[in-house]
Amino acid sequence: MDVFSDPVNRQAFLDGFAMILKLTAASALLSLALGLLLAACRVSPVPVLRAVGAGWVHLFRNTPLTLIITFCFFGLYSAMGVKFSDDIAVNNYWLAVVGLSAYTAAFVCEAIRSGINTVPIGQAEAARALGLTFSQNLRLIILPQAMRSVVAPLGSILIALTKNATIAGVIGVMEASSQMKQLINDNGDAAVEIFAVFALAFVVLLVPVGYGFSALANRLVVRR
Amino acid sequence: MRFTRMAAVAAVALLALGTAACGSDEPATPAGGTPLTAKAAAGDLKFGVKADQPGLGLQTGSNYEGFDIEIAKIIAKGLGGDPAKNKYVTTVSANREPFLQQGTVDVVVATYTINDDRKKKVNFAGPYYTAGQDLLVKADSTITGPEQIDGKKVCSVTGSTPAKRIAEKYPKAQLQLFDNYSKCVTALNDGTVDAVTTDDIILAGYAAQPDFAGKLKLVGKPFSSEPYGIGVKLEDKAGCNKINEILKAAVADGSYAAAWNATLGKSGTPAPTLDTTKLTNCPA
Repeated sequence: MDVFSDPVNRQAFLDGFAMILKLTAASALLSLALGLLLAACRVSPVPVLRAVGAGWVHLFRNTPLTLIITFCFFGLYSAMGVKFSDDIAVNNYWLAVVGLSAYTAAFVCEAIRSGINTVPIGQAEAARALGLTFSQNLRLIILPQAMRSVVAPLGSILIALTKNATIAGVIGVMEASSQMKQLINDNGDAAVEIFAVFALAFVVLLVPVGYGFSALANRLVVRR
Repeated sequence: MRFTRMAAVAAVALLALGTAACGSDEPATPAGGTPLTAKAAAGDLKFGVKADQPGLGLQTGSNYEGFDIEIAKIIAKGLGGDPAKNKYVTTVSANREPFLQQGTVDVVVATYTINDDRKKKVNFAGPYYTAGQDLLVKADSTITGPEQIDGKKVCSVTGSTPAKRIAEKYPKAQLQLFDNYSKCVTALNDGTVDAVTTDDIILAGYAAQPDFAGKLKLVGKPFSSEPYGIGVKLEDKAGCNKINEILKAAVADGSYAAAWNATLGKSGTPAPTLDTTKLTNCPA
């Protein structure tokens, strides 16, 4: 454990995981909002919206995340000039968040849509018979029940997102795996040890998330 | 059942034969030679080289080419072997020492900077080239040295020594990191970053690629010194001395310059003069 007795190396380790948490937090919120919107599109009565929702899901769910994030840098930023900040580190952080959110939203959308399918069709029909519009129907009747049944899958998506945040390293965001690379380069003889510590840290970070979401799912589930 | 049992027996017998063959495969060291000359004579020299550095060690298909490869050919020839029989093994920065220690490779020619830490694990012949960290910029750039990169976007590879040096010595530069230099060069070419930094010899390799010919230039003010050595096993003092002699001979007969001109020389950089009085003394 001598590598991590050096405060500089310890700081690198902490910085790496702090960046993972920051990437995950912003991307989780954005992808949840976008995923909800996409799910609403996919079940909406408007064919164009359904096509947009389906197109998004098929495009982003089936593209490797590394490609998406690399595209955010070379396509969005370099070629199209989408810029969030003059500071390279801040700019890359937001480019990575955009990529992670676009990708994760596809999975969130599909999870929510599967939740919508668990709500008995009679509920939607009854709501329509009462004169509720599509958006009222979705907001008041369907989504509250649907969301309760997809807590567990959303937890899995959050765990995947946390690990996927390491891919932000391909455009130079100094997250955990980039910090690990740096540490291994400086301390080649302790590569296995460094690797083990980073891997273990991810497990320690994510196991409670898994249990938390399971417990939450049990409490919120709609018992029929 | 009977058949599988027989097959198993046959397999074990084959394995035994195989290991026996391996055991006797180790060529005896002839008098006056070294383990390396023996391997060269048997056409069994294994070189550890880089596979992703244009101009130095680049793998295309099963073929390797570059300055390091040419140096490997000169060494094989000098050891009395046939350069065409050289076997190349892709190494990355992290596995060069273990590969030498385990015998996966016999000689490492892979942009291998000589430093004190590494000297404890392997024996270095050379240096066959002294690289220095430099900047690659667009042909019309106004950057003429590292003192002008404050506030500029400088690109390098995550976890590399050049990236670390920029962060420590030029903290006002904005550091863009990628997982490989190709992306840095692409970003430089489309104007997203202002400079790419690493060892000058590696940058020259990228500048020499047909896609970028005439569009990029090397600043030419190195701000570090990276002597590239040729790694052999720590205990192989004789092999190390032999390689130094081969290098001296190669400089004298012009094959060193020819190796340069055939590879990195294409970037327009003239062949360096190798000071053969500064070769290592191969401590065992």
